Amino acid sequence: MTVTAAGTRLVDLFESGLDAPICLTWELTYACNLACSHCLSSSGRRDPRELSTAEAKAVIDELEAMQVFYVNIGGGEPTVRADFWELLDYATAHHVGVKFSTNGVRITPEAARRLAANDYVDVQISLDGATADVNDAVRGPGSYATAIKAMEHLSAAGMRNFKLSVVCTRHNIPQLDEFKALADHYGAQLRLTRLRPSGRGADVWDELHPTAGQQRELYDWLLAHGDKVLTGDSFFHLSAYGESLPGLNLCGAGRVVCLIDPVGDVYACPFAIHDEFLAGNVRAPGGFTEVWRGSELFARLRTPQHGGACASCAFYDTCKGGCMAAKFFTGLPLDGPDPECVQGYGEQQLAQRAKDGTDLPKPSGDHSRRRPVDLVLTRRRDLERSPVSDCAEDPLAGLRLT
Amino acid sequence: MTAPTLDRALGLHPQVSVRPEPFGALLYHFGTRRLTFLKDRRLLAVVESLADAPTARAACLAAGVPEVELPRYDRALAALAESSMLVGRTP
Repeated sequence: MTVTAAGTRLVDLFESGLDAPICLTWELTYACNLACSHCLSSSGRRDPRELSTAEAKAVIDELEAMQVFYVNIGGGEPTVRADFWELLDYATAHHVGVKFSTNGVRITPEAARRLAANDYVDVQISLDGATADVNDAVRGPGSYATAIKAMEHLSAAGMRNFKLSVVCTRHNIPQLDEFKALADHYGAQLRLTRLRPSGRGADVWDELHPTAGQQRELYDWLLAHGDKVLTGDSFFHLSAYGESLPGLNLCGAGRVVCLIDPVGDVYACPFAIHDEFLAGNVRAPGGFTEVWRGSELFARLRTPQHGGACASCAFYDTCKGGCMAAKFFTGLPLDGPDPECVQGYGEQQLAQRAKDGTDLPKPSGDHSRRRPVDLVLTRRRDLERSPVSDCAEDPLAGLRLT
Repeated sequence: MTAPTLDRALGLHPQVSVRPEPFGALLYHFGTRRLTFLKDRRLLAVVESLADAPTARAACLAAGVPEVELPRYDRALAALAESSMLVGRTP
């Protein structure tokens, strides 16, 4: 979000939480046509318990009553839900703005015209390489072409300032200027976000997260571009280099943001899909409102956080210890440094972890598409002969004497 | 703009949503996608009554803003107009 205010720091008002989130992330489905190697929600297969259209509309009604300004809709690939457009129209008609993330698969010329005509909708096209080779290595073959086609359609439909959304990795940090040029070409705004070790991201984080040198490069680049480039406020750990980046330098988990997943589970933040950060479910009595206002987990997150091992660091006030999810999924203590701490304290901590990975949390959910499993059909051992047929007339049919 | 903001007739931009909060209010502009906040409840009362007042000054006085505090409110309203949260209207 972009925050414009002088004087009182908004960050201080937000630390103790708000009666309702400012925006929240809502993943509509775990189904996805892609299988990105770093997917933060381990998406692929649709979950049969997914919220129905009626249940989703009830959530929107609650968000309207709570005056949530907008929702960030994601997935999975949200547009593959048959009722996606219906829910989009329902939300905007009920004063809940929608910003949705898509890989572009359903952004046809017709869909693009529909989106361009709605002032309360914003679109984020995900692309993780400014060239097909860099992008497709992470997001899969053909995904670059799909995203480019979607941007062409949006641009042709007159949609301005949609977002080109990039997760920064070791391979695409050298392409920052190319991403900016690409966004400018389509009349889009560039949005850079941080790679989190969440979901399948945990498996590839070691190879994909930016090097220490690249973090500095990214920070300098962000400072040079100011608030023209969006970041979802996800790089506040970089503020410990000295100057604060534009936006809210605070972990908003449970305070100003949260996540509703496809089955209605509410987590503290979009990058924390794990039982440790599960606050409740929108299907329970009281719905989402009760989870937001009554969850013990959220109450705890809204109390003043202490720096723990970071308390004595001169930069604690600027970085606030970094990202909770990044720490958790790399097996670091939550009251210590961020794994990508720019002062280098995170790397020291990472080096001290057990070599066998026992410090890493076990994933508590996975919707990745499965590979085929070979099956051999056999007869149940407890059945010595065929089950009795309906036609067997023998009075002793099926009798087993042991 | 030359005249003080207080002498203008103002109103909320039609794409701005206002959410009262214990500390004041949050404002979100769906056009610029910017979020800002009002530091106190009295400023919220002023903003809410702008549309029915001939000038911003009249809205401030009706909300009980003391004369001595008017310059501060002038600056706050000017900042909101600058970021398109408030727009001028024909009185």
